[in-house]
Amino acid sequence: MNAAINISDLHKSYGRRKVVDGLSLTVPTGEICGFLGANGSGKTTTIRMLCGLVKPDSGGGTCLGLDIMRDAAQIRRQVGYMTQRFSFYEDLTVAENLDFVAAVFERDDRAEAVRDTMDRMGLAERAHQLAGQLSGGWKQRLALAACILHRPKLLLLDEPTAGVDAKARREFWDLLHDLAAEGLTVLVSTHYMDEAARCGRIVYLSDGRIVVQGTPDAVTGGSGLVLFEATGTGLDLAARALRAAAGVESAAVFGTALRIAGIDRAALHAATDATPDLIWQEVPPTLEDVFIHLLGRPA
Amino acid sequence: MIGGFSFRRFLAVLRKEWIQVRRDPLTLQMIIALPVMQLFLFGFAINTDPKHLPAGLLSVDHSRYERSIVAALQNTGYYEIRTLDSEAEAERGLAQGQLLFVINMPAGFDRAVDRGERPMILMDADATDPAAIGGATAALAALTTALDRDLPASLRSTPAIAPFRFALHPRYNPEQLTVLNIVPGLICVVLTISTMFVTTLSITRETERGTMENLLAMPVRPIEVMLAKVIPYIVIGYGQVMLIMVIAAIVFGLPLRGEISWLWLALGLFIASNLALGITFSTIARNQMQAIQMAQFTLLPSLLLSGFMFPFQGMPRWAQWAGEILPITHALRIVRGVLLKGNGIAEILPELWPIALFTLVVGVIAMRSYRETLD
Ligand SMILES: Nc1ncnc2c1ncn2[C@@H]1O[C@H](COP(=O)(O)OP(=O)(O)OP(=O)(O)O)[C@@H](O)[C@H]1O
Ligand SMILES: [Mg+2]
Repeated sequence: MNAAINISDLHKSYGRRKVVDGLSLTVPTGEICGFLGANGSGKTTTIRMLCGLVKPDSGGGTCLGLDIMRDAAQIRRQVGYMTQRFSFYEDLTVAENLDFVAAVFERDDRAEAVRDTMDRMGLAERAHQLAGQLSGGWKQRLALAACILHRPKLLLLDEPTAGVDAKARREFWDLLHDLAAEGLTVLVSTHYMDEAARCGRIVYLSDGRIVVQGTPDAVTGGSGLVLFEATGTGLDLAARALRAAAGVESAAVFGTALRIAGIDRAALHAATDATPDLIWQEVPPTLEDVFIHLLGRPA
Repeated sequence: MIGGFSFRRFLAVLRKEWIQVRRDPLTLQMIIALPVMQLFLFGFAINTDPKHLPAGLLSVDHSRYERSIVAALQNTGYYEIRTLDSEAEAERGLAQGQLLFVINMPAGFDRAVDRGERPMILMDADATDPAAIGGATAALAALTTALDRDLPASLRSTPAIAPFRFALHPRYNPEQLTVLNIVPGLICVVLTISTMFVTTLSITRETERGTMENLLAMPVRPIEVMLAKVIPYIVIGYGQVMLIMVIAAIVFGLPLRGEISWLWLALGLFIASNLALGITFSTIARNQMQAIQMAQFTLLPSLLLSGFMFPFQGMPRWAQWAGEILPITHALRIVRGVLLKGNGIAEILPELWPIALFTLVVGVIAMRSYRETLD
C-alpha cells in the first residue's frame, strides 16, 4: 500500500531561523499519526508545507502520491486541512459555512453533503447559529465538519482540540478513529498526552527535526527514562531539594506522591538515598514523563 | 473551466461575500450613510444660502445716503453690518474670518452721487468658500435702487445707469468655484472612499481573522476570490452614484445633462481602478490598520491633486503631472463634463484611457501580489 505522506529532508527557514530542518516522514494510509513537540518546534509549518500553503526551501515528497511542490492544487482537493486557529466565517451560520465549503469544492450534492455532515457531527441543531457564537468545542466540531465534508483522503489537523473539554475531546477522537477505520489517514498535532496515547504512531519534533517516533508504547519503552515514586510527608520540601540534585531531571508532586525522573539510574539512587524518611519504588514512565523529558532536553 | 477559472467556485465566494456584506452593519451604514452624509455636509456647507454674514463698514463721513445703503444691505438679510474704526481692523477681521465682507464707503459719497458721478463702493469679500458668499454678492445687483427714494427723478436708477455701483473684490479664492463644480466631484470622492476602502478592508479582514489560510487551502483560484470580492462593491458603488445623483438633482438642483449611459460606463472603469488599488493594498498590508493607512495615504492626494479641492490649472506643473496619473482627476473631468456641460463620448474618451491604463497596470500588480501561499 502506498504511503499517504512521504516526505524527505524538508527544510524551511524564516530569516535566519531554521523552522523545519531536514524532516523526513512516512505515514502509511489509514494511520492516525500524532504530531508532537514544544511550541515553535515546527508542527504547523510542516503541516502547511504538506498542503502547499508554504513552499519548502528544499526537500520534497508526496502527499497522496502527488508532488507537494508541483501538485498543490490537486492535493488541496483531496486533503482536509484544519488550521490551528479557527478560520471559518464568524458572521456566517454553521450551515452557511459548510455550504460555502461544499460549493468551493464543487460538490454536486451540496445540500445533501451539508446535511449529512451536520448530522454526523451533531451540528444539525446549531445549523442556523452564527459560527462566531459557538463555544470553543462546537467551533472545533464545525471546523472538523468542514474538513471532512468533501470526503478527503487525508486529514491534516493542527491542534484540533485545543481548549476543548475532556468529554468533547474524547468524542472528537472517537470520530477520528471512525474516520480512520473508513480508510482516512490522519496527521494530527496535539499537546495532550491522552490524545498522543490514542495515536497509532507518534512523531516528536524538536527544533524542526524528528527526535523520536514510533507507537506510544515503543516511545515510552525506548525512552530510557527511569522514574521513582515516593509517598510520605514533607513531599514539597523534598521535591525542592531533589530538583537541585545531580541527575534528577524533574521532581514533581502529584497529590500524595512525589516523582523523580532521570536517565542516570545510579544518580537517582543516590538522590533517593539522601531522603531516608521517604519510601521509594520504581514506576514505569508514562508518555507525559517522556515528553517532559524530551522537552527539557537541550536542543 | 476556462484557464482554471470555475464559475461555480466564483459563485460560491460571491454568495459568501454577499451574506457578509448584508450582515455587517458597519459596512452597510458606511455604504449608505457615507455618500448621503458627505453630500449633505459638503453640499449644504457650500450650497445653502447662508444669511447674516458678518460685514464691516469703513467710512469717513457717515452720510445720509450711506445710512440708506447700509439699511438696504441689512434688509437683504445677508449682511450683519458693524462699523469699523480702521483699515487695520478690517484686514485683521477678513484674515481671521471674523468678517466675510468689508464695505468701503468712499469719502464724499453723497456729493458724488448728487453730481451724477456714479461713485463706486468697494466690497472686499472673503471668497475662500465662494458659495458661502454667493447669495450675498448676488443680492448686491438689486441694491442700486436703494437710494431711489432719496434722489430726484433725474438721478434715480434705470436699468442702464445706476446712481452708484458696487465693485466686488474677491479675496483668497479669485476663481470662485461653484457648487455645481463640487457636487460631481463628490461623486468621485465618495466612490473612492467606499470602493477602495471597503475592498481593502474586506480582504485584509480575511488575513487578520485567519480565514485567508483556510481559503488558500481550498481549491479556489485567486481570480475567483478577487472577482467575487469586488463585484458586490461594484454594485454598491453604482448604487451610491445613483443615490448621490438623485439627491443632488432634487436637493441641489444639479442638472442631469449629457450622455448618462457613457457616464455609467466611465464610472465603472473608475470603480475598477479603485478596486484594483484596494486589492493591491490589501495584499501588501498585514492587517486592517495598515490597509486603512495606505488607503488614506492615497485619498489625500486624490483630494488635493485631482482638482476637487483646488482648481487644477492653479496647481504647479509637477502637481499637475501627479494629478494626471490619478484616475480620480480624469473621472472628475468626465463627471463634470457630462453633468454640467452636457458632454458626450467625444469629450469622454480622452479622459477614459488614462483611467483604463492605470486600472490595467494596478490590476496586474494586484493579481501578481495576491499570494497563493502564506510565505
Ligand atoms: N510566517 C512566518 N514568519 C516568520 N516566522 C514564522 C512564520 N511562521 C512560523 N514562524 C516561526 O517558526 C517557528 C515554528 O512555528 P510553528 O508554528 O511551525 O510551530 P508549532 O510547532 O506549530 O508551534 P505551536 O505548538 O505553538 O503551534 C516559530 O518560531 C514561529 O515563530
Ligand atoms: Mg502550531
